[in-house]
Amino acid sequence: MKKTMIAISAGLFAVVGLAGAAQAEWPERAVTIVVPWSAGGGTDATARTLAQQLEARFGQPFNVVNRTGGGGLVGHITIANAPADGYTLGVITIETTMYKAQGIPGAEPENYTLIGRFNADPIGINVRADAPYESVEDLVAEVKANPGAIKASGANRGGLSHLAWVGMLKELGVDTEASPWVASAGSAPAMQQLAAGAIDVVSTSPAEARALVEAGEAKTLAVISGERTEVFPDLPTTDEIFGIKWSPLPFRGLAGPADLPEEVTATLSDALAEITADPEFKEFMASRGFSVAYQDAATFTDTVMTSRTGLVEAMKAVGLAVEEK
Amino acid sequence: MTPDTLLTALGIVMQTDVLLAVLGGAVYGLFIGAVPGLTATMATALLVPVTFYMAPVPAIATIVATTAMAITAGDIPGALLRIPGTPASAAYVDEAYAMTLKGKAEPAMSISIFFSACGGLFGALALLVIGPALARIALNFSSFEFFWLAMLGLMTSALVSSRDPAHGFISLLIGLLIATVGLDVTSGQPRFTFGSVELMGGVSFIPVMIGMFAFAEILRGYSSNATLPPPPDVGAARPFKGIGGLFKRYPFSFLRGVTLGTSVGALPGVGGDVGAWIAYGMSRRFSKTPEKYGTGHEEGLMEATSCNNAGLSSAWIPALVFGIPGDAVTAIAVGVLFMKGLNPGPRLFAENPSMPTAIIMTFFLANLLLFPLGYLAIRSARHILSVPRAVIVPIILIFSIFGSFAINNTMFGVGVMLAAGLAGYLLEENGFPIAPIILGLVLGPVLERNFIMSMQIADGNLLGFFERPIAAVLGVVVCALLLLPLLRGLLRRRSRTANAS
Repeated sequence: MKKTMIAISAGLFAVVGLAGAAQAEWPERAVTIVVPWSAGGGTDATARTLAQQLEARFGQPFNVVNRTGGGGLVGHITIANAPADGYTLGVITIETTMYKAQGIPGAEPENYTLIGRFNADPIGINVRADAPYESVEDLVAEVKANPGAIKASGANRGGLSHLAWVGMLKELGVDTEASPWVASAGSAPAMQQLAAGAIDVVSTSPAEARALVEAGEAKTLAVISGERTEVFPDLPTTDEIFGIKWSPLPFRGLAGPADLPEEVTATLSDALAEITADPEFKEFMASRGFSVAYQDAATFTDTVMTSRTGLVEAMKAVGLAVEEK
Repeated sequence: MTPDTLLTALGIVMQTDVLLAVLGGAVYGLFIGAVPGLTATMATALLVPVTFYMAPVPAIATIVATTAMAITAGDIPGALLRIPGTPASAAYVDEAYAMTLKGKAEPAMSISIFFSACGGLFGALALLVIGPALARIALNFSSFEFFWLAMLGLMTSALVSSRDPAHGFISLLIGLLIATVGLDVTSGQPRFTFGSVELMGGVSFIPVMIGMFAFAEILRGYSSNATLPPPPDVGAARPFKGIGGLFKRYPFSFLRGVTLGTSVGALPGVGGDVGAWIAYGMSRRFSKTPEKYGTGHEEGLMEATSCNNAGLSSAWIPALVFGIPGDAVTAIAVGVLFMKGLNPGPRLFAENPSMPTAIIMTFFLANLLLFPLGYLAIRSARHILSVPRAVIVPIILIFSIFGSFAINNTMFGVGVMLAAGLAGYLLEENGFPIAPIILGLVLGPVLERNFIMSMQIADGNLLGFFERPIAAVLGVVVCALLLLPLLRGLLRRRSRTANAS
């Protein structure tokens, strides 16, 4: 009993002492990382590995919490509304640049402190393996020749997947309604529809199409991007094929609520730079077909703002943005 | 598959770390599953960080054993307290509870666990022998087929869960109505959200299920017309006694259940939830004594529970063969497989067949473990009925609150649970069954999404739902189920008026 008391007091002293010493040192307790997408998905998997690396570096638990729903909106708003003390962070995705244009405020880039980007993978154009198109040119020619015949899917209507596909058609001067969009809950059900022969095109990242591509059920024709990806270097880009400029690059980045203390942002940004250079992290990302694409806070902010301008413009052009009053 | 592969796979599985992982996962799953309000998905999600530190086969083995055990153990609070663990087990929870009310709690739990294990073993066998072939067939299912399948499950739930189909259908529509809350699945526009961010994410079925079953049951316990189950005869505990006789009496029930479970379970996204419902409905349809259903009859319980666990195994077929996960559990497992460099896909089966074979073997181990662990669980669980209500009610309430909170770590879930409980209590007092509400809530988004997808593909032509062969067959079955009772009712009325005149 006495021993226990001593142990407890010693423990208390230690805690108080640490807390005193660490007043300027973030983090002094567990940090929560909010993931706006479901457990088991790509964002979740990368966030959990990232959390593990952060835990190892800072010696405090980094707990991943999935707050899903509403196409990522619920989780994104949770991150934005959290207290700006550095103890609630989150992994944000490109959807943050699009919610406002869809008429839903509260999860715009301005609502966050952007800490850094760790992943960015372009969207690919996937068709059935036995489809008669050898290249993306054939496919676009078919869309032009038979308006309405080529059904495409990959995510919800107005999601990035949709925007990437119709944005490319618009750049090519093709009527965006010539390839009707079939709304799906995500890439997995869309790939199932493709394999079952119900639709013709799925626009999703090559990583998410890989299992069916390797199974000989589907093939990836190209990536909708300005540059080839490290992980799938053989896939041509639509920019090089068509000579257009349309590169909607979905990102995964670490962020906190707006007005995070500067030293916390700096510490985290440095840690993120180290982690993305870590061979173990790189190996994990490569194993799932994700690329590692680090950007520090300033560059990441730039990227986010630039992609917002482009995406909102594209959303307006294809009629996916809500008219501003 | 060669005997060589089997032997190598057996060598991989028969290692101390794999066996320990299976045992650990099973014990952990048993505790999570037996606690009302905690779910198999939650158990699996909590495991992910642990699997980071494990070798591939033990990591997957832990997940397999945990989910099989958690879902099966969920039948214990189902039978004793009428609190189902999953939307699928809501199909037979009333049957099991009716047995408990007749003083047959132990046979009810024995049937649930014994036939769950048998169903799971059958599903594992199917996975081993025809897995890749079945996956290829499942890949032919598009939104048209999924739409009809979801319809079939919903219709059966409305038809079987109450004496009067009209009440069943009203419950079902209430469930579908709650399912429309949140962001529209197609356009992303908010529906019935009243500006609340929480409601934008929709109403999660778990707090509703906990509320409508567990909390409503507590409310009913304090009302004047409560029926309490009799305390069991603690002295003579013989779990699994006389189970063999059931096999002999209803051999087709078991075979029908597992065949249906295996084939429907392999369909990603829809299969797991509707299988047990269709099995229960089919069992009643083909039974010699359909009037006994709902009064604590073994036959339907047996068929539905074997179907449920057979589907649990075969849900891994599309996940392992094509990397298409059907539910949250397999989605997490696919993530773990990728993380371990075992990318799911036919290449996994072709290049290194002993690895997937070893994974499938852990299914056998996990389901075999269900027998001894289930035996122990039943022996200790029957004491629950002897615990005074004043002790057990607060405990259930705490777990219900905790389980609803844990969905999203917000008090919103707790509010949903309490509101659903109150509504559930009132509905059931007035003869509306609860189970179709839950299934409507779970399958509502699936139904809507597949309907919209199909309409977009068919350019708005309703006949598109009958153009693909499998879809056409399923569509005709659903339409017949819907129209036949109406037609029969009309004919009866006509003959009655004819007699009167």
